[in-house]
Amino acid sequence: MLGYIVRRILATIPVVTVVAVFVFLLLRLTGGDPAAIIAGDSATTQQVAEIRVKLGLERPIVQQFAIWVGRVVQGDFGESFFFKKQVAELIRDRLEPTAALAVCTLLLAVAVAVPLGVVAAAMRGTWIDRAVMGFAVLGFSVPVFVIGYLLIYLFAIQLAWLPVQGYQRLAEGFWGFLQRLILPSVTLAVIYVALIARITRTSVLEVLGTDHVRTARAKGLGEGAVLLRHVLRNAAVPIVTVIGLGVALLIGGVVVTESVYGIPGLGRLTVDAVLARDYPTVQAVILLFSVAYVLVNLLVDLTYTFLDPRIRY
Amino acid sequence: MKFPRRCAAACVAVSVMWFPTGAPQPASAETVLKVVMHSDLKIVDPIWTTAYIVRNHGYMVYDTLFATDAKGEIKPQMVGKYDVSADKLTYTMTLRDGLVWHDGKPVTAEDCVASIKRWAQKDTMGQKMMSFVKDLVVVDAKTPSGSSWEQTGLVLPALGKPSSNVPFMMPKRVADTPASVQISDFTGSGPFVFKRDEWKPGDKTVYVKFAQYRPRSEAASGLAGGKVVKVDRVEWRAISDHQTAINALLAAEIDYLETPPHDLLPVLKKDANISLVTGNPLGNQYAFRFNALAKPFDNAKIRQAVMIAFNQKDFLEAVIGDPAYYKVCKALFPCGSPNESFKGMEGFLDSNFGKAKALLKEAGYDGTPIVLMHSTDLSVLANLAPVAKNLMEKAGFKVDMQSMDWQTLVARRAKKDPPTQGGWHAFLTSWTAADILNPVSAGFINASCDTAMFGWPCDKEMESLRDQYARETNPAKLKQIAEAVQVRETQYPTHIWLGQWYGPAAMRKNVTGLILAPATVFWGIEKTGR
Repeated sequence: MLGYIVRRILATIPVVTVVAVFVFLLLRLTGGDPAAIIAGDSATTQQVAEIRVKLGLERPIVQQFAIWVGRVVQGDFGESFFFKKQVAELIRDRLEPTAALAVCTLLLAVAVAVPLGVVAAAMRGTWIDRAVMGFAVLGFSVPVFVIGYLLIYLFAIQLAWLPVQGYQRLAEGFWGFLQRLILPSVTLAVIYVALIARITRTSVLEVLGTDHVRTARAKGLGEGAVLLRHVLRNAAVPIVTVIGLGVALLIGGVVVTESVYGIPGLGRLTVDAVLARDYPTVQAVILLFSVAYVLVNLLVDLTYTFLDPRIRY
Repeated sequence: MKFPRRCAAACVAVSVMWFPTGAPQPASAETVLKVVMHSDLKIVDPIWTTAYIVRNHGYMVYDTLFATDAKGEIKPQMVGKYDVSADKLTYTMTLRDGLVWHDGKPVTAEDCVASIKRWAQKDTMGQKMMSFVKDLVVVDAKTPSGSSWEQTGLVLPALGKPSSNVPFMMPKRVADTPASVQISDFTGSGPFVFKRDEWKPGDKTVYVKFAQYRPRSEAASGLAGGKVVKVDRVEWRAISDHQTAINALLAAEIDYLETPPHDLLPVLKKDANISLVTGNPLGNQYAFRFNALAKPFDNAKIRQAVMIAFNQKDFLEAVIGDPAYYKVCKALFPCGSPNESFKGMEGFLDSNFGKAKALLKEAGYDGTPIVLMHSTDLSVLANLAPVAKNLMEKAGFKVDMQSMDWQTLVARRAKKDPPTQGGWHAFLTSWTAADILNPVSAGFINASCDTAMFGWPCDKEMESLRDQYARETNPAKLKQIAEAVQVRETQYPTHIWLGQWYGPAAMRKNVTGLILAPATVFWGIEKTGR
């Protein structure tokens, strides 16, 4: 097991390297000049040129890449062109809102989607099944920002139950923290619920038709016990897999959700940095996201061994 | 220019008369004004960048020697009194009494001299002004000395310049920072103190009232007059999404929204608790910029043909829509400003396609496609380029409209490459009216070839007129020169001005006292109740 984990962690190195090269080149091939943005609209060509030199953008791309990689290897992501802060410090500031939003979304999505999927499977063909699947299609089809605006309109503007936007750190009070996370989490969870509910239904349906379930029923176990003890555990592997794969969906959703709800997290930082062509920040955040994605999927793979004792690494 | 170090005792007596009310009125108990500005504050050096958000930050934290009032006149601000010698070569200024930095130290003439020098390295008007200056000296009671100037009318307009780069005064230790390096000490002497420890780019920027600030006794007028602060704390909240910012205003989570988009104004108008106020009376002006280096726009006649083919209303209707927020104005310098004039504009900006076609034929236009850069992500600009394309095609141009985000456009406009190799022929943008009030400050009129702004027009006659304007001190003659510049613009167009537009600010009705000025400022604003 330990050897597997080490191998998997080592395998992240080429992945992260490819991401690093790709992001570095993509940013520089994209139109836009951070120096011109920093200088402002009324700046002269000479002022822009001075800033380019200051930022080191006049150097050849290969040299810029080498300098950046050399620093990253030492744990230094450099200084943001715009914020004049260390990128690591910027990320640290923005990590809590994004982590809180992601965790809340995941908990909410799993808590809602798994029971929905199980119920839909158990009541296959009924109106409940059709309603759950209809919701799943809707959840996939409606863009995150539309869901966000609709929830804001209903719960923040019309009913005034929850705030429209913003984030309060956990250290500043739990209720304020939770209050500001409810709408963003629900918004982001919708697509996740749709995805997990569909997979859960399919997976549970498959297990429901197996011999051991028939045996359990023949023993006289109640339907609830059959579903929980014998079906759900055997159906768990694909569900956990899709939760892991869905992290990519979550990362994309965080970017939009944080913008809609004015949450100062990593998603907003990414958008701001991309729009401003803040190369060091974009590179660091995307590296972080890619490492997080790889590690979450490693965790998912390890979870398989607990869910299914037949799986060994 | 002379800057006596401190006022003498007599000055103190005078200053007491100037401030009959003593200390500024206290703000009511802990009032916090939550606002959403047009952009997040990421850079905090108003000399280092010309970005308007940084200029607005500058007005919070710093003060200016002179300022432009609501009538467009230059008034003393930090300066108590000033004298101009009979030969108009020497300006002697005396700082007001009671001016202190946020760290409690007094403002001195040395600070001001250092600040002017740093600003003048960056600002085009400052550079022009300094070309007339022989010496900037500090004079106090012990060491009086004189300095000579070549005669110029630029001193007060430059030092009282309302928009980027504004000559903000900073402590000498800060102003000594090279202009190419951002400052890291944010001590000012303005009406608000910047809370560096609470500044979180992408989240919020916080300012608190500077208790020791001594406002002028005059009523606030434009950017001049008494900067009386009536709230304890101002928080600039970073909400990048327009719809969310509007929702936050409707739900009273914020008090003030600087620039709601025009298409969402009807939502705000419906709410009885919201008022819309046009804070910048002169507004903004759209502009179509030529690249005078790129064929066929290197031919002035072909640029004239574009000016003949265009009309302002089509552009303003396409972007702003509501006539309450735009004004057709054929004047080169904004309507409502001292240099407003319609001289020489007959036959231009009337969409006379027949005349434009004839001129194109006469100029020998060979059908080269015009590379028109179209910025798609800024709502106040996005619809301009399609209108330009349509009007130009009606006049006989071939137009290759290329869509991109604004930041890509900003980078590409700096390139002098041929349009077929990554360069460009034209793009559209917008100026705050305060930036284009005269031929010296208006960047697009600069026709100094390589040192001009992107587009690089090159015209000796235009430059001669701009020089004349810089040297002139008589207001009537200044207006005549400005008119001559406008006439020259119709013969040698550096750009085409496409009308004025206004962006109202939206406020909760319990917020009052917004100062009408070319930059958003927060002195004078009151907030009552929730």
